[in-house]
Amino acid sequence: MLGPKSYYDNPNTTVKRDFSIIQPLKSVASVRLLIVIPILFFCLFFIYPLISILYHSLDANSFEVSNPFIVLLNDSYYLGRIWFTFWQASVSTILSIIIGMPIAYFFAKYNFFGKTILKSIISLPFILPTVVVAMGFVVILGPKGIINSILISLFDLNESPLKISNTLTIIFLAHAFYNYAIIVRIVSALWENLDKSMSESAKILGASRLKTFYHITLPLLMPAIVSSAILAFTFSFTSFGVVLILGGSKFATLEVAIYELTTKLFRLELAGALSIIQIIFTFVFLLLYARLQASSSVPLSLKPSETSVKQKLGLWDKLFFICIIPYILIVLSPIVALVWRTISSILSYQFTQITNLFYPERESYFYLSPVTIIWNSVKLAIPAVLIAIIIGTLVSYFLSRSKKRGFSLADAVFMLPIGVSAVTLGFGFLITFNTYPIDLRGSWMMLVLAHSLIAYPFVIRSVLPVLRGINPELRESAKLLGASSANTFRLVDLPILSPALIVGTTFAFAISIGEFGASILLVSPELTTIPVAIFQFMGLPGSTNLDKALIMSTVLMSVVTIGFVMIERFRSKSSGAF
Amino acid sequence: MKSFIGYMSALILISLPPIGCGNSTSETSTPEIAQTESTQIRELKILAHDSFDISDDVIQEFEDTYNAKITIFKSGDAGEMINRAILEKGNPSTDILYGIDNTYLTRALKEEIFQPYVSPMMSNIPNHLILDDTFHVTPVNYGYVNINYDKDYLKNNQLELPTSLEELTQPQWKGKLVVENPATSSPGLAFLIATVSYFGEDDDYNYLDFWGSLRMNDVLVKDGWSDAYYTDFTMYGGDRPLVVSYATSPAAEVFFSDGKYIEPPTGNILIDHATFLQIEGIGILNGTSVADLAEKFVDYTLGKRFQEDIPSRMFVYPVNPEASIPDFFKFAQVPTLPAVVTHTTIDEKRDEWIDAWTKIVLR
Repeated sequence: MLGPKSYYDNPNTTVKRDFSIIQPLKSVASVRLLIVIPILFFCLFFIYPLISILYHSLDANSFEVSNPFIVLLNDSYYLGRIWFTFWQASVSTILSIIIGMPIAYFFAKYNFFGKTILKSIISLPFILPTVVVAMGFVVILGPKGIINSILISLFDLNESPLKISNTLTIIFLAHAFYNYAIIVRIVSALWENLDKSMSESAKILGASRLKTFYHITLPLLMPAIVSSAILAFTFSFTSFGVVLILGGSKFATLEVAIYELTTKLFRLELAGALSIIQIIFTFVFLLLYARLQASSSVPLSLKPSETSVKQKLGLWDKLFFICIIPYILIVLSPIVALVWRTISSILSYQFTQITNLFYPERESYFYLSPVTIIWNSVKLAIPAVLIAIIIGTLVSYFLSRSKKRGFSLADAVFMLPIGVSAVTLGFGFLITFNTYPIDLRGSWMMLVLAHSLIAYPFVIRSVLPVLRGINPELRESAKLLGASSANTFRLVDLPILSPALIVGTTFAFAISIGEFGASILLVSPELTTIPVAIFQFMGLPGSTNLDKALIMSTVLMSVVTIGFVMIERFRSKSSGAF
Repeated sequence: MKSFIGYMSALILISLPPIGCGNSTSETSTPEIAQTESTQIRELKILAHDSFDISDDVIQEFEDTYNAKITIFKSGDAGEMINRAILEKGNPSTDILYGIDNTYLTRALKEEIFQPYVSPMMSNIPNHLILDDTFHVTPVNYGYVNINYDKDYLKNNQLELPTSLEELTQPQWKGKLVVENPATSSPGLAFLIATVSYFGEDDDYNYLDFWGSLRMNDVLVKDGWSDAYYTDFTMYGGDRPLVVSYATSPAAEVFFSDGKYIEPPTGNILIDHATFLQIEGIGILNGTSVADLAEKFVDYTLGKRFQEDIPSRMFVYPVNPEASIPDFFKFAQVPTLPAVVTHTTIDEKRDEWIDAWTKIVLR
């Protein structure tokens, strides 16, 4: 025999050419055991805090205060919050779809110079930290924002005409800004690969463009629209930073309510009960999404994108082209506004004052230097990324073995951390890891663990599709030639995976740097991260504080953008849109 | 693949020092100074609210005398700061908490986050200013919370000074008042308690009715005093001429004007029983490793140097009667009849008041 015995014994190895089933790994027991590490991690740092939350919310003062769940469900305010979270997420999702569809069409149908760069740019909002997005919106639409300043000087007004900060409108806009990119990427990926022959037949038979779209294209696109909508909905549902900064106390979603109950009203048992309710909802959403994703990666009769791109550009096409570019610019305006405002603020300082912002000449006892804060964030991000990569890759290996129902359930379970709100996670850590057996109070490990928990699902989403796409014949050949498992991994898997791993790494880094919801609960006075510092500076009066917030937002945005550029470079086409 | 391994090794190498740092104290932790008496510079960390301010040289003097290094962490408004300290109970990340006042006192005492200390300086302090008779919290300053008004604005808009709180619910004051959230801000809570005392809880028209009418009259609620005062008060570019603040704030306006104002541009609305005597204090956190140094610091805050610096920094009165009060404080007024609410009442009812208020005003 030239290969391992199991290769001949295993009845499956001879049959399928299905790239999604990877058999040879099955034969090595020690490799299978590696999944134990992620399971331990998941149980210890995710399940255990959640159970702790449940325990706290059921246990507290049961004679004096009634069961928190009952209190909550009887309180019209909190019921109102749940309802509000739902319907603002729905409206935000619909808005994202409306904004995203034309752009998706644009990318599916047209080929032009700079297409890949533009595609990257429009996806940037999704990866931006929430504080940066909120900051961008404040800068452009706030009472002292750019649009108001323009309107005031144009029409010689006394006060700002556009009063939409602290209203629903700005929250919807911010959510749409965040999530339209999801729609664009997932839908255009499918759209550009659709077989044109069906819509062409419809046209030949006399259907108008509208009819063709409605009856042919739309149904075909449905899986992509629905799955991207579910993702957008989940992110809007669990949105925290945007609602907290732009919405104020009046528009609290579940997240904001949990945060307020923890830090302001100090009703931990109610916060716990709300967290449980929120987790149940998001688990359902994510299960839906995982099911849809697994089923939609079965290919339809997809054609390469070149065939659906228009060859000849008619008048409508040219008009559309001309309109879509400013449309995209408007959509991206908060980012541009943020950079613009930062640069103009910096320019208004003299050079000495700028260095003073970063390195105070006079030793002031209250001063937390932005440089220290930035360095804090980096120090936290690196171990967080390492943990996320290891956990994410191990889970991907486990999940890549099959697409059966059990595995898709496992997929949803492992993905839970991103659906569970960051605030809930932070809250869970806060009340769990403050006593025996794991006391992490005052330790930076809490933040590292929280960040890695939130980041590893993105590593899974980057690595898993590539892993599923590895031709098993490559591995089989290596085995036949006598390579051990470790060598197979090193020489076959790793080179193929390495772009996906780089994507996962930079994703995890960007997430850790920009994480806000859990961090705001877990930072200690000495160990503050950039997003929390931005939030604190925004809350203090005075233009110097605002400038510090602006500068740090721009630094954060630049770091994330650079990471993002790297992601785009190394991402392979087969990894799908998400 | 080689590039990937290189990438990962670089990451690992960079991350080793942070992992090695472990439970780190601040980056600027001081080197040991070898001296004949083996004195090291010890660190003292102070948790304070955003309005805390003291002159650098006052801090410097303490540091020099006791071979200490002081770091002050401002962490938001009083309410949030105290909640965070409670969450860290037993294993605090700082040593001293400054800014616990008589409104939030019992919440902190119940959670036992402080350790008791009777400072020898306490013998100087008048009895009515001792906010905690178990001495877990030592009083440091006091002030009177009331409503400030912008003189120019009222004059230009022909508005008469209100003589009762009920007037604030009338149409001419619609959209003109900014208050602080009692859940987060200590002056906010102080004002709420004053309204409870003023209107009562059970009568026909109680404090909740008052706040309900205020809400309908478009009252603005901000989380903290500095936000309300420096953003929404008309003196600083906002659109609200009335703000819940301190009876000493008009004096502060003169102080900061560098001679521009000879008389305060703002004034105090001193309605009987509608002002509140707020006493602020300092407490040594349970679990600190530098308790003796912390005790020295508590003594220091009661000493003349620190106490005399307080008025021009935080615009409240020092508790030590021997500390001289600066000249510009002549513009500060002392209300004759502040609201009187007992400790026990505040203790029993505080959370209930805050909850009820939140329901009526914010939701």
